[in-house]
Amino acid sequence: MQKISERHRQYWQKNLRITGILLVIWFVVTFVVSYFARDLSFNFFGWPFSVWMGGQGALVVYCVIIWYYARYMNKLDIEHNVHEED
Amino acid sequence: MAGMFEHGAKTDSASTASFKSQLNKVYGWYTGGFMAFVIVLAILEQMGLPRNYIGFIFLLATVALYAGIGVMSRTSDASEYYVAGRRVPALYNGMATGADWMSAASFIGMAGTVYLSGYGGLAFIMGWTGGYCLVALFLAPYMRKFGQFTIPDFLGARFEGNLPRFIGIVGAILCSFVYVVAQIYGVGLITTRLSGLAFEVGIFVGLGGILVCSFLGGMRAVTWTQVAQYIILIVAYLIPVVWLSVKQTGIPIPQAIYGYQLQKITEREKQLRADPKELEVRAIFKERADAADAKLKDVPAAMAADLAAAQKRVDDLKGANGPAADVQAAEKALAALPKTAADAKKAYEGAKTSNTARAAPLAGMPNHAQQFAGDPNGDEKARATFDTSRRNFLALIFCLMVGTAALPHILMRYYTTPSVKEARDSVTWSLFFIFLLYFTAPALAVLVKYEVFNVLVGTPFDKLPAWIGTWAKVDPALLSVADINKDGIFQLAEMRISGDIIVLATPEIGGLPYVVSGMVAAGGLAAALSTADGLLLTIANALSHDLYYKMIDPNAPTSRRVAISKALLVVVALAAAYVAAQKPADILFLVSAAFSFAAATFFPALVLGIFWKRANKWGASLGMVAGLGTTMYYMVTTQTWLRGVFGVTSPVELWFGILPISAGVFGVPVGIATIIIVSLLTKAPSQETQDLVEHVRYPDLKLGQA
Repeated sequence: MQKISERHRQYWQKNLRITGILLVIWFVVTFVVSYFARDLSFNFFGWPFSVWMGGQGALVVYCVIIWYYARYMNKLDIEHNVHEED
Repeated sequence: MAGMFEHGAKTDSASTASFKSQLNKVYGWYTGGFMAFVIVLAILEQMGLPRNYIGFIFLLATVALYAGIGVMSRTSDASEYYVAGRRVPALYNGMATGADWMSAASFIGMAGTVYLSGYGGLAFIMGWTGGYCLVALFLAPYMRKFGQFTIPDFLGARFEGNLPRFIGIVGAILCSFVYVVAQIYGVGLITTRLSGLAFEVGIFVGLGGILVCSFLGGMRAVTWTQVAQYIILIVAYLIPVVWLSVKQTGIPIPQAIYGYQLQKITEREKQLRADPKELEVRAIFKERADAADAKLKDVPAAMAADLAAAQKRVDDLKGANGPAADVQAAEKALAALPKTAADAKKAYEGAKTSNTARAAPLAGMPNHAQQFAGDPNGDEKARATFDTSRRNFLALIFCLMVGTAALPHILMRYYTTPSVKEARDSVTWSLFFIFLLYFTAPALAVLVKYEVFNVLVGTPFDKLPAWIGTWAKVDPALLSVADINKDGIFQLAEMRISGDIIVLATPEIGGLPYVVSGMVAAGGLAAALSTADGLLLTIANALSHDLYYKMIDPNAPTSRRVAISKALLVVVALAAAYVAAQKPADILFLVSAAFSFAAATFFPALVLGIFWKRANKWGASLGMVAGLGTTMYYMVTTQTWLRGVFGVTSPVELWFGILPISAGVFGVPVGIATIIIVSLLTKAPSQETQDLVEHVRYPDLKLGQA
C-alpha cells in the first residue's frame, strides 16, 4: 500500500478535531448538567431546567450532534477527495 | 409488494433511486393500510365485537404480517442473508435500527420507570439516546468501511487472529442471549394479555413469528420486518399520549406542555405528603410493619399464635353457620400458613419490607421533579445519600451509553447501508426515530401521574374509573387498590401500581376505545419481536459465520454456512424460550447487565482498534477479558440474585457505593487501561494491520490520485 498523503493526514486531523469538539458538547450536556442538576433548578417553561434537560433538552442536542457530524464529514470527504464515487 | 424484496444485482444510482421510491410507496401504503385496519376494528368494536376478539385479531394479523414479509424476503444468498445485500437506504436502516433498538423495556417499561422514580428514571432516557453519539462519532462509519459481516469479524481482522475473534464471539453471545431472554419473556407477557393464552403458549406463538421471519430471510427479512414494526410501534405509542394531552390541556403536543402539568404535580405532592387521610393510611401500614417486626422477634410463638387465630376463625364461622364462601376462604388461609420456621421467617420479613415500603410518603415515590435523593446542605447522612444517589445516576448513564455503542446487534445494522456516507446519515435517522419515542416517554409519565395524583386521589371508591378494576383483575401484582382506612375515599397510599402497566393502560386512562389498547399491546409486541429478531440473528451469525466458517471450516460453501446459521437460529431461539419460560428472577437486571457486559467487552477494543494503531492482539484480547471479568466479578459479588446463583456468601462490598446494575463503570476503564498497557509491552501490529486501520479511516482513500 502506498503512503497516505498530507491531504489525507489533514482530513484525519480535522475529523479528530470535530469528533473532540462534539464529544465535549455531549459530555457537558450529559454529565456536567446532571452533576449540577440540583443547582440548575430554575424555572424553564414550567420545568426545573435540569429536569427538562434530562427528559428533552439533552435528546435534542444528541440529535443535532449526530446530524451535524454526518453533514460535516460528508462535506469533508468531498473537500479532501476521499468521498465514495457511486 | 413482493417486488421490493426481490434480489437486485444492479447497484447503479438509477436503480437505487427507483428502489427508494418503491420503498416509499410500499411503506406509505402499508401505513395507510394499518390505519384503515385499526379504523375497521374500531367500527366493529362499536358494533359489538367482543374485546378478546379484538386482541386475538391484533395478535394474529401482526404476527402473520411479519411472517409474510419473512416469506417474501426469503433468501440463502450470504450477502443478502447476513447484511441485507448492503443496499438499505439510510432512512429505512434508521427505522429498522429504531425497532431493533427499542425493546419491550423501552416500549412498556421506560415510561413506567419514570413514573415511579421521577428524575432518577431519566437516566434511561438519556443513556439510551446519548449512546448514539458514541455510535456516530466512534463506530458506525468505520464499521461500514471495514465492511464485513459481524463484530467478531472486525476484531479478528484488526487484532490479527482467532483469539480476539473468539473472545468477541463469547462476548456477543453472552450479552445477546441475556438480552433475548428478556425480550421473549416480554413477548410471552403481551401475547398472554392480548389473547388470554397461557404464558408458555404465548412464548411459543411469539417465537413462531420471530423464527419464520429471521429463519427464512436472515438480515434481509429482519430489516424489512423491523421497518414495518417500527411504524406500528411508534403510532401505537404516540396516539394515546397525544389524546391524554388533549384531554388534560387541550393542546395536542404533550412533549411541549407537560412542564405545566409537572408544576401542578409538584404542588399536589406537597399537599399529599401532609394530607391527614394519607397519613392515616400510612400509619396503618406502619402498624402492620411493626406487627411483622414483633413476630420476627419470636418466630415459633408468632407461628403458634397465627395458627390459633386462623383455626379460631374457621371454627367461629362454622359454629355460626357462616356463608360457605367465607368458611372456604378461612380454611384456605389456615392451609396457607407457613409450615416451617424458615418459611414463616421469610413471610414475616416479606410483610415487614412491603408494609414499611407502603408506609412511605407518596406510595414510596420521590417527588417527581426532585433531582437525586438526600440533601447536599443537610446533615452528614443526607449529604452522603445525595452523593451516592448522584454518583449512581451518572454511573448508570455512563453504562447505558457505552453499552448502547457496543451492542453487537446494533453495530451490525450499520453494515447494511450502501456506503459510509449513508451509514453516517443512517445514525442520524436511527436516533431521530428513537428520539420520537424517548422524547415522549417522560411526558407520558407526567400526564399519567397527573391523572392519578390530581384526578383520581380523593374519588370515592365506588366512582373509580373502570380501568382500575379491569387491570386489577388481570394481575393484582400489576395494580391493586384497597380501602385500607375504610373511609370510602381513594388515597394514593391505597394503590399499588407496577411500572409495567403505565403504557399499556394509558389508552383506558385517557378513555379511548378498546381498539387503541389492542394497538398499544401490538406495538409492545412489535418492539419485543423486532429486538428479539436482531438478537437471535446476531447469536446465530456469531456461531455460524465466525465460529464455524472463520475458525473451524474456512472452505465451507456459502449454502452450508447459511443453512447452519438457520439451524442454529432455531436451537438458540428454543434455548432462549426455555430459559424465559422459567421466569428468571430479575428481568430488568438481566437487560441492564447486557449493557454493562457489552460496554466492558467491546467498546474499548473497538474504539482503540480504530483510533490507536498501536493497539495489538494481546492488548485487545486481555483487555476484553479483563473488562468483562471485572464487570462479572463485581456483579456476582454484589447482586442479590447472582450471589444466590453462584453461592457467594461473603458480605456485600460496594465500591464507592455503586450499585451492581452499573458494574460496567469499572469494567470499561479496566479494559481500556489493559489494552494500552499490554499493547505497549508487546510487539506493534504488522504493517498490513496498520494499513487496514488507515483503510477504515477514509471512506475512499483513492491512493495514487490524491
